[in-house]
Amino acid sequence: MSIDLSQFFDVFFEESFEGLDAMEAELLNLEPGKEDSETINTIFRAAHSIKGGSGTFGFVSVSDFTHVLETLLDQIRDGQRTLTAEHVNLLLKSVDCVRGLLGALQAEEEPDLSESNELKARFEAILGGESAEEVEGESQEDTTQSLQSTTYQIDFKPEPHLFKTGNEPLYMFSELAELGQLEVAAFHDGIPDFLEFDPEDCFLHWRFFLTTSKPEQAISEIFEWVEDDADIKIEACGGLFEDDTNATAEINTPEAADLPEPITVTEESTPEIKAEPAPKADENIAAVQKKVESAKNTKKSADSTATSIRVGIDKVDSLINMVGELVITQAMLSQIGDQEITESSIAALQEGLTQLAHNTRDLQENVMRIRMLPISFVFSRFPRLVRDTSQKLNKQVELKLVGEQTELDKTVMEKLSDPMVHLVRNSLDHGLETPEERIANGKDPVGTVTLNAFHQGGNIVIEIMDDGKGLDTEKIRSKAIANGLISESDDLSVEEVNELIFMPGFSTADSVSDISGRGVGMDVVRRNIQALNGSVEVTSKQGVGSTFTIRLPLTLAILDGQLVQVATHTYIIPLISIVESLQIDISKVSKVGKGLEVLRLRDEYIPILRLYDIFSHQGAREELDKTLLVVVESDNYKIGLLVDDLLAQQQVVIKSLEANYQKVDGISGATILGDGTVSLIIDISGLIKLSGLRRPGSTELLVDLKGEEAEPV
Amino acid sequence: MIDQVEVNQQLMFDGESDEKQFLTFMMHDEEYGMDILAVQEIRGWEPVTTIPNSPNFVRGAMNLRGTIVPIIDLRMRFGINAIEYGPLTVVIVVSVQIKDQQKIMGLVVDAVSDVYSIAEEKAKDVPDFQDSDNAYFVHGLVNVGQKMVVLLNLEKVLDLSDKSGLKG
Repeated sequence: MSIDLSQFFDVFFEESFEGLDAMEAELLNLEPGKEDSETINTIFRAAHSIKGGSGTFGFVSVSDFTHVLETLLDQIRDGQRTLTAEHVNLLLKSVDCVRGLLGALQAEEEPDLSESNELKARFEAILGGESAEEVEGESQEDTTQSLQSTTYQIDFKPEPHLFKTGNEPLYMFSELAELGQLEVAAFHDGIPDFLEFDPEDCFLHWRFFLTTSKPEQAISEIFEWVEDDADIKIEACGGLFEDDTNATAEINTPEAADLPEPITVTEESTPEIKAEPAPKADENIAAVQKKVESAKNTKKSADSTATSIRVGIDKVDSLINMVGELVITQAMLSQIGDQEITESSIAALQEGLTQLAHNTRDLQENVMRIRMLPISFVFSRFPRLVRDTSQKLNKQVELKLVGEQTELDKTVMEKLSDPMVHLVRNSLDHGLETPEERIANGKDPVGTVTLNAFHQGGNIVIEIMDDGKGLDTEKIRSKAIANGLISESDDLSVEEVNELIFMPGFSTADSVSDISGRGVGMDVVRRNIQALNGSVEVTSKQGVGSTFTIRLPLTLAILDGQLVQVATHTYIIPLISIVESLQIDISKVSKVGKGLEVLRLRDEYIPILRLYDIFSHQGAREELDKTLLVVVESDNYKIGLLVDDLLAQQQVVIKSLEANYQKVDGISGATILGDGTVSLIIDISGLIKLSGLRRPGSTELLVDLKGEEAEPV
Repeated sequence: MIDQVEVNQQLMFDGESDEKQFLTFMMHDEEYGMDILAVQEIRGWEPVTTIPNSPNFVRGAMNLRGTIVPIIDLRMRFGINAIEYGPLTVVIVVSVQIKDQQKIMGLVVDAVSDVYSIAEEKAKDVPDFQDSDNAYFVHGLVNVGQKMVVLLNLEKVLDLSDKSGLKG
């Protein structure tokens, strides 16, 4: 074979996995009885391209399996069959199955066919239930190699433009060869004079004799894609030609008599479209498979790291635009450079440099954004998970996804997925009650699980909320005592008790299910998230629900920042957490407790944190009336940061301070300002902890800030 | 096997086995040395950004072509009196493996001095000076001509989480 197919495998796998994802998403949208044809079509198309691709590459296990799937979908699409919930379940299972098969093939392992065979049998049972014709076709195809084989005569006379439609007859021939014994004859009588010969046209036509036990349909399917571009005749020859060699001889009868002698398969004029008899084609496929294996072997280790990302075409377009601008600016500058230096050329030069700076910054920002993907890539797997798990648990669950467009770095995203799956499962299993319990508690029988993602400061925050029964503090406490994690005499706050679920070896589930409850959960979740320099916290109210909050730093993110000055130092406050900035009216400042100052602002009391004090800087302005207060919000609490002055607002690229140093309390990262100096980014919630306003692990501020008149109504 | 190792070493060090190159620098009129392979570059002193609530020997953070690099004043790390930074003051940027993590840090020293090839076995054990915290940072002492050079154990000098050798 002249083309090394293995080079396309990666693309095929990538596309197939995407196709499967699309199928899964669409299947989840399907509601029996309310299906719309566009959805079915999308599913069908995905299944069809996987089948086509796998057939082309010789992954018979996949193409055979997708074939039955496709048959069912086809019938539903044509309205011959109505969609039932069973179909959807089965189709979802087969999506998993195909994913497994493809995964195994990609890892060049022998795919486990037991599941696919079982599913295939069930599909066939469904198909067989109604259409007798179908049963015949399917059963023949799958079970009966020994059935009487038939010889077909196939005339394949493509239009000259066949190649231009992107079809490669060679693949069709090797697919034919897979069906049975194949004999090929190629005719070159259509080849015109050399002068008129267009190398991109197809002037050859072929005649095949195929002896196979497969039905005629299997043959016509191979030619499905070229039906409109070729003259195809498929006729059964009965048992006439027992011997293949006879067959070739016999065809030169009436119809074929005026045709020139068939050329041999090694004809030089058609090196790339030569057809080969069956055994050889088989060998080729085997060879390809071997090649894949060797190729995969070398690649295996790199697989985990060298992944690709899909970038929206709009992002690429805007990059190209910017590069264009850059080139124009550069041309302009070099033109100015060639001129004599006059006053006007200096002005033009300065203008050009400003332009250049602008272009470069735009370009830089956009390149950074390419690595950022919307979190919907992680969220998209949850509808399926929730559906399956809730069915297993007999619970009714509604999944709400909020903030799917929140962008985060791809590397973080990959590592985030597993802990999130765990937390969601936990919410479904332990958090939500059964419909009966919910009704008894006066709740909507359908429980809600909400996934919410948003940026907060230099962090991305992901909340997993359920409106279930909440954490049972008493149970956790007694369990923890039983496990020896705490002692009877320990006096722990509710938050501290809730924290215990993150301890290794802790599970309160009454029964161990395959969903959760083996006690190897939450500590692993916490560890994984901490490995990403993140944190996970839980808040819960009995009977109302619980919320798990994952907080992760954006390792390679851009942040809108407000530059502030404290003494001689410049810090950056994430713009998103700033509520307002104001000058302090001293008459509204009062002191509470141990010298903590609070400002009465409208109906709220805002504690004032003196940044210079917390960061131990000398030489800052200390008089309240000469400074500015930046009111920021974090974890639903507002605090005021005292700064000397507000400087510019700008986008900054977050750099890690921990990479070469260590974690600094109250600082989430660093960035490099326009003049090349380093500036530190303030971590508001860390600052609150640092200032001692809040006990570690607790979500309540130590000081009761909401005075009576400020009590929320 | 052993023969092969020896051959390799001979090839690498041109006959003189076990010799390592050390970059030396001056501090408080003493000469200190560090493995030259750890050194990335030597820069002049320039103002850095203070890191709040850091130990006093951490001067701050510097932008090294896009990487944030902490700068450590070695004098203060050793508990020697600080001096005004002058034109000879340099920052030696080193890359050191600290607990499975490769970290890049800058060390402020009075001046760079020389590069010596020193055989590993010539490095003398540190005399027992129990009353000095700094013994903890010292890898060995070696004589070069008339001078004595203190070879530093960079991993320990730069492991900021390890408080055992700290003053104050």
